[in-house]
Amino acid sequence: MFDRRLVQNFDWFVVVILLCLAVASIVNLYSATFPIREEGGAQVFIRQIYWYGLGFAVFLIMTTFNYFLLERLAYPAYFVSVALLILVLIIGKISSGSQRWLSLGPISFQPSELVKITLILALARFFGEKKEFKEYRLRDLWLPFALIVVPFILVVKEPDLGTALLLVLLGASVIFLAKIHWKSILILILTVMVLAPFVWFHLKPYQQRRILTFLRPDMDPLGAGYHINQSKIAIGSGLLWGKGFLQGTQTRLHFLPEQHTDFAFSVWAEEWGFIGSIFLLALYFLIILWGIYIARNSKDKFGSMLAMGITSIIFWQVIINVGMVTGLLPVVGIPLVLFSYGGSSLVSTMGALGILMNIRMRRFMFQ
Amino acid sequence: MKTSILDPISIEVMNRQVRKATLLVMVAFSILVLKLWSLQILSGPQYRIKSESNRIRIQDIPPFRGLIYDRSDNILVNNRPSYDLYVVPEDVKNAEGLVGKVEKLVSLDHDHALELIRKTRRAKPFQPVCVKRGLSRDEVAMLETHRFNLPGVLIRVAPQRRYIMGDFASHILGYLGEVTEKELKSKRYFGARVGDLVGKAGVELKWQRVLGGIRGGEQVEVDAAGRQIRVISSQAPRPGANVYLTIDKDLQSVAEKALGEKSGAVVALDPNTGQVLAMVSKPSFDLNLFVGGIDPRVWKEMVTSKKYPLQNRAIAGLYSPGSVFKIVVALAALEEGVVDPEEEIWCPGWLRLGNRTFRCWKKAGHGGVKLHRALVESCDVYFYTLGKRLGADKIAAYAKKMGLGTRTGFDLGFERSGLVPTRSWKLKKWGIPWQMGETLSFAIGQSYLLITPLQAACLISSVFNGGYLYEPQVSKLVKDTEGNVLYAFRPRIKGQLNFSEENMQIIREALIGVVNEKHGTGRRAAIEGVKVAGKTGTAQVVGLEKGEKGKIDEERFRDHAWFVAVAPADDPLIAVSVLVEHGGHGGSGAAPIAKEVIEHYLREKGMIPLEGRSERSGEG
Repeated sequence: MFDRRLVQNFDWFVVVILLCLAVASIVNLYSATFPIREEGGAQVFIRQIYWYGLGFAVFLIMTTFNYFLLERLAYPAYFVSVALLILVLIIGKISSGSQRWLSLGPISFQPSELVKITLILALARFFGEKKEFKEYRLRDLWLPFALIVVPFILVVKEPDLGTALLLVLLGASVIFLAKIHWKSILILILTVMVLAPFVWFHLKPYQQRRILTFLRPDMDPLGAGYHINQSKIAIGSGLLWGKGFLQGTQTRLHFLPEQHTDFAFSVWAEEWGFIGSIFLLALYFLIILWGIYIARNSKDKFGSMLAMGITSIIFWQVIINVGMVTGLLPVVGIPLVLFSYGGSSLVSTMGALGILMNIRMRRFMFQ
Repeated sequence: MKTSILDPISIEVMNRQVRKATLLVMVAFSILVLKLWSLQILSGPQYRIKSESNRIRIQDIPPFRGLIYDRSDNILVNNRPSYDLYVVPEDVKNAEGLVGKVEKLVSLDHDHALELIRKTRRAKPFQPVCVKRGLSRDEVAMLETHRFNLPGVLIRVAPQRRYIMGDFASHILGYLGEVTEKELKSKRYFGARVGDLVGKAGVELKWQRVLGGIRGGEQVEVDAAGRQIRVISSQAPRPGANVYLTIDKDLQSVAEKALGEKSGAVVALDPNTGQVLAMVSKPSFDLNLFVGGIDPRVWKEMVTSKKYPLQNRAIAGLYSPGSVFKIVVALAALEEGVVDPEEEIWCPGWLRLGNRTFRCWKKAGHGGVKLHRALVESCDVYFYTLGKRLGADKIAAYAKKMGLGTRTGFDLGFERSGLVPTRSWKLKKWGIPWQMGETLSFAIGQSYLLITPLQAACLISSVFNGGYLYEPQVSKLVKDTEGNVLYAFRPRIKGQLNFSEENMQIIREALIGVVNEKHGTGRRAAIEGVKVAGKTGTAQVVGLEKGEKGKIDEERFRDHAWFVAVAPADDPLIAVSVLVEHGGHGGSGAAPIAKEVIEHYLREKGMIPLEGRSERSGEG
């Protein structure tokens, strides 16, 4: 099965980038959770090492088969993951007010992480089938819209506003790539603008408040506003070279919320400074450029679409998370992909990158 | 040189889209890099300074607890400022030393304070922890002058509960206490945190969620000593909603004064709605003892006292109803047709059953008695006879129908249901079959039968209001500070008697006679110009053995006195139930108290002319 051509096309530098990310993530988690000794179970950074191990394994597995298999499996995979989302609403584990996890014995995972990839697969399949070029209009797009809206609603119900928004961005990215007619874009924007107030007034007051806080954290000076303030102090005080490993005062004194998940980047930026931050961003930037390169050079439309979609998963999460902790964007609970702690996200993202490598390896193969 | 199965136009379009995407990625990353540059390089030094002196803390602003009013908007419970002593554990180098220093200035529970500081230091070192509430003016002054010597010590002003009349309606209003770990998990105490004072009883508990309000807070910058430098931003707390009760403040006072130092309970209801106008339980306690956390010694004393001051006797005190129960038996007998109101039953002063003699309270006997006179003069022998004819289970069925043996549905809860015995109940509970003699005792309200004063009030109401059993309620209105009504009273009917109007009328006439006829047992509740109806009762405390008669004067062996009444009988405005523990006969021990309550209320309503007062006081 593995012919030499395939191995030759395996981009080893990507593995090096991922290893750099893994080391940075684990070092950072060690620091973020340093003063806390959790009773029972491994410490967070140890668990992250296991997750990375599993992640690399899944990454390699995803390169072993021809990705055309995925084209056939796209819709079934999508339906399974949506079914899991429904299941999560019924029997999911509730943790700090939302129902996101499914328990499988000792471990639990978030189906919403899986659905990011299966949504991309399903959309790639839809657009990949159309061999002829065509500028899409709204009436052609009801299926892709449905594919996006169903998991969107289910994830909003959990509630996980951040991930729900991400699903919309991912879907929009793929549709954008497929090229949609400018008039259709205009109609879409107008529809949203007309519907927004209607939906708004049908929300309960607490839901309205949640959305307002989401959009304007300064309206919640004791929650999100405080966190962003502290996060900015952490990042800014890192200066050029940072305060050094385990030396971040903001982190040590627990001024940062969610240090090992949503605000992991702030911990890193405080301890490793501007240099460290740029280094980390550069790693993501390289992966994204690599993804775009693959999309551009794929031999078929499905491959292109899939590659672009996967790349957009990385792109949006990095932009939203770093934008959030630096105070550019509202506070949404989106962790920094491949860097923050979180098994489901890590393993599914590594799997997605494996698919990307798969497309890259088979770009010279003929059917 | 791309190998593709795409057509050339698609490739062209795809490439254009990919170029746009690449551009977007470039721009987005550039923005991030610029933002990081601005944060870490341009403003970096300022942020570094901020991080080094970072003492921006979140500080709570406690909300004002909602106020409690009576039915005419008289304020019963409000708040006043309290000076509380806080310590920020992180700013304290040597907790032992600090507590020692503070101790010299204010009285303090040394070990408790030390433990609190240590516990908080581990969990949330920057969270100020309250070590003493309610500092006196002098203590505040002492602390302020020694402030420089006491790093980490804060004095904060917080609203504190004030029960305006202290020992007034204590069991209704309820009190506050520090929230327990278990309570923190329950929905009722949503939003509460360790150390918060929350409602533990009465109205304070029932309306905890709305009374409590929503905590506010502020981001404040503090200096190295924990002193506040400036407020960065804040969010105002939301005061709790105000609760309006159905209680009539003056009537409650009159009822409390009328009962005086005696143990017992007084309940006054609006018979047409179930609104509680007054509810007294004695002995009671001063609610202000609980403000700021009760002294453990005082608490222990209250809990262990044989007089049970914490118990609300009106809803949780169980007593034999005595002759009050004759209302039920008389109705049962009429409804079942076992007696004709005109039938005369002979009372020689006793009734023999087997080898036991059951006595009437009137040793000489009543002679020939009809139903009306039997109720008016409370003839025991007449009711023994009805009891024999009805049987225990029939009596029990009517008792239950009239609301005995089940909770009335009082909105503050914590009621006891009392007990209506049946033959099967006794067999199950004691393993002994029911005795005929017990039926006789049952018929005059003794034996196993137990009721609460509130049940008695509901019962007498139902006889005069057309047969409705209303759920008694004390909550009239709950309004938030913007005036939105969160809750409004509406009567809730728990049951309906459905007895024949003719029979009801016979009973009503008799109960009017109890108060207004020459030989009525309740004469002492009579009020000139108003038709009061009622029934006396005397509940035996312990069966005295022969030769123990001497004990009858000893207080703890004296009978409990009952009186239930409504007025005016034709169109009732108030129903009253009085129970005086060890008060002796109902007619002398309880009826005068009911009279005072009724009289006050009807005078308030303008049904009794004011000049009547001077005449009466001249009499007494």
